[in-house]
Amino acid sequence: MAWNKKHLLDIQSLGADEIVTVLDTARAFKAVGERAIKKVPALRGKTVVNLFVEPSTRTRISFELAAQRLTADVVNFTAEASSLKKGETLKDTARNLEALNADFIVMRHSASGAPHFLSRFLRSSVINAGDGAHEHPTQALLDAFTIREKRGKIQGLNVTILGDILYSRVARSNIWALTKLGARVTLCGPATLVPRVFEKMGCRVTYNVEEAIADADVINLLRIQHERQRKTMFPSIGEYTSLFGLTKARLALTKPDALIMHPGPINRGVEIDSEIADSARSVILDQVTNGLAVRMAVLFLINGGQGPQGVTA
Amino acid sequence: MPQSIPVLNAAAMRRALTRIAHEIAERNEISSEVVLVGIQRGGVFLAGRLAAFLQSIWNHPVPVASLDVGMHRDDLNQTAAPNMHPTVIPFDITGKTVILVDDVLFSGRTARAALDALNDFGRARRIQLAVLVDRGHRELPIKADFVGKNVPTASKERVEVRLEEEGAPDEVTLQRL
Repeated sequence: MAWNKKHLLDIQSLGADEIVTVLDTARAFKAVGERAIKKVPALRGKTVVNLFVEPSTRTRISFELAAQRLTADVVNFTAEASSLKKGETLKDTARNLEALNADFIVMRHSASGAPHFLSRFLRSSVINAGDGAHEHPTQALLDAFTIREKRGKIQGLNVTILGDILYSRVARSNIWALTKLGARVTLCGPATLVPRVFEKMGCRVTYNVEEAIADADVINLLRIQHERQRKTMFPSIGEYTSLFGLTKARLALTKPDALIMHPGPINRGVEIDSEIADSARSVILDQVTNGLAVRMAVLFLINGGQGPQGVTA
Repeated sequence: MPQSIPVLNAAAMRRALTRIAHEIAERNEISSEVVLVGIQRGGVFLAGRLAAFLQSIWNHPVPVASLDVGMHRDDLNQTAAPNMHPTVIPFDITGKTVILVDDVLFSGRTARAALDALNDFGRARRIQLAVLVDRGHRELPIKADFVGKNVPTASKERVEVRLEEEGAPDEVTLQRL
C-alpha cells in the first residue's frame, strides 16, 4: 500500500498495513547492504539532520549510515557541542536547522513528545529516534522485521519482553507494533518496573520469569536503565540478575527455537548471560544490521511525495 | 465508462515472445554471454518465459535476474514511494550481454532507472532492451532493441498487461478512459 505520512513520530498512530509496508520496503534495502556497492541515489540532494539532544551511539550511527547509503547529506548535531548549552530553546534550534533547508530531522530527546512538538511547526519531516520513555519507533520496526525474517510471520507468536518496562520507550513501541501485527505480548520484570497498567495495552503481565519465558517464541531483553531510574526501584543489580536475568538454567526452560533479542547496549552478566548473548539463539547483531535497512526504508518512504503511487511504465 | 480494447491475447503474446527470443538469438551469437534481467514486476515473469524459449533454441539454460528500479526513479518525491520488490541478481553481469526485459515501454524513465541501477552491479559488455509492448510517448532518448508489438496510444490511455504468473489469463489490453 502507498505510504503517505510526512513524519514518523510513534507506532501508536500507525496502522498494521503501514507497519507491513515499512517491513516490506526494508527487505529491499537490506539487499542493498549486501551488494558490493551499498549505495542508491534515492535521496540525492536531500539533507538529513541528526538532532540528538540525548546521547546515543548506535541509533545515531545507524541513521547516519542509512542516510548516506541513500545518498543524502547528513549533519550530526549533538547537545553537548551546541547552542542548546548556551540557552537556545529547542524550537529555535530546530528552526535554525530548518533554515539550512534540512529535509529530515531525526530527533532523540529525553522529553516524551519532543518530536511531536517539532512536527507541529516544522516544514521538515520529523523522525522520532527515541523520546523519553515514550516511543522509539524505528527500534520496534527493526525488532518486528527481525522476528518476521527469522520466523516468517509475527501473527500468533508469543513475545516476552523482560526487564525495565516502565522506563522503556523500546517496550512501548514494541508493544504497539507487535499487538497491531497479531502477536501475544507478555511483560515481565520487577513489579516496580512492570506496573499492571500495561495490561490495558493488551499485554499479559507476570512477575514469574519462568512462566514468562516458558511458551515464548521470542524473548526480548531490555537493559536496566541506570540513568533513568531512582535507586528505589529494586534493591540491587545482583538481585535483579538472580530473579530476572536470562541465565543458562533459565534458557533451558525455553522453547528450543526461541529467539533471544536485545536492543543494546547489553550489560553482560546482568540481564543476559554472556554466553547466551553470543550463542546461535541470539539475533542481537541481526537486529543491528536490520536496523540500518529499516531506517533506510523509513527515510525512503517519508521522502515519497503525497500524491498517488506512480505508474511504472 | 472506460473502454477495454484487446491488444494481444494469450496466443499472440506467446508468438510475440517466441519471435523476440529468436531475434535475441540471432543478434547475439555467443549465447553463453547472454543474461536476462527482468524489471519488477511484469518484466520478471516475461524474462523467465524468454529464458525458457532461449533455452530451447540454444540447448543450455540462460541466467535470469530480477531488478527493482524503485530506488533509482527520478520522480521519488513527486509520488508516494513505490512498493519495493526484491532485486536478485545471482551472477556477475560484468562482461555479459544483459537483455533488460520489461512489459511496457512508455516514457523510457523506467529503462533509464534500470540502466542506472545495473551500473551498481558491474559493467555489462552491452545492454539491450526487450519489451512486450511499445506504446510510444518517449520522454528520453531510449529505444527498444526487441519489441513484441507497437501499440499507438494516447498519453492518457493505460496499457494493461495481465500474466498467468500473477493469476490472470495472459492478455494485453488498452484502457481508454
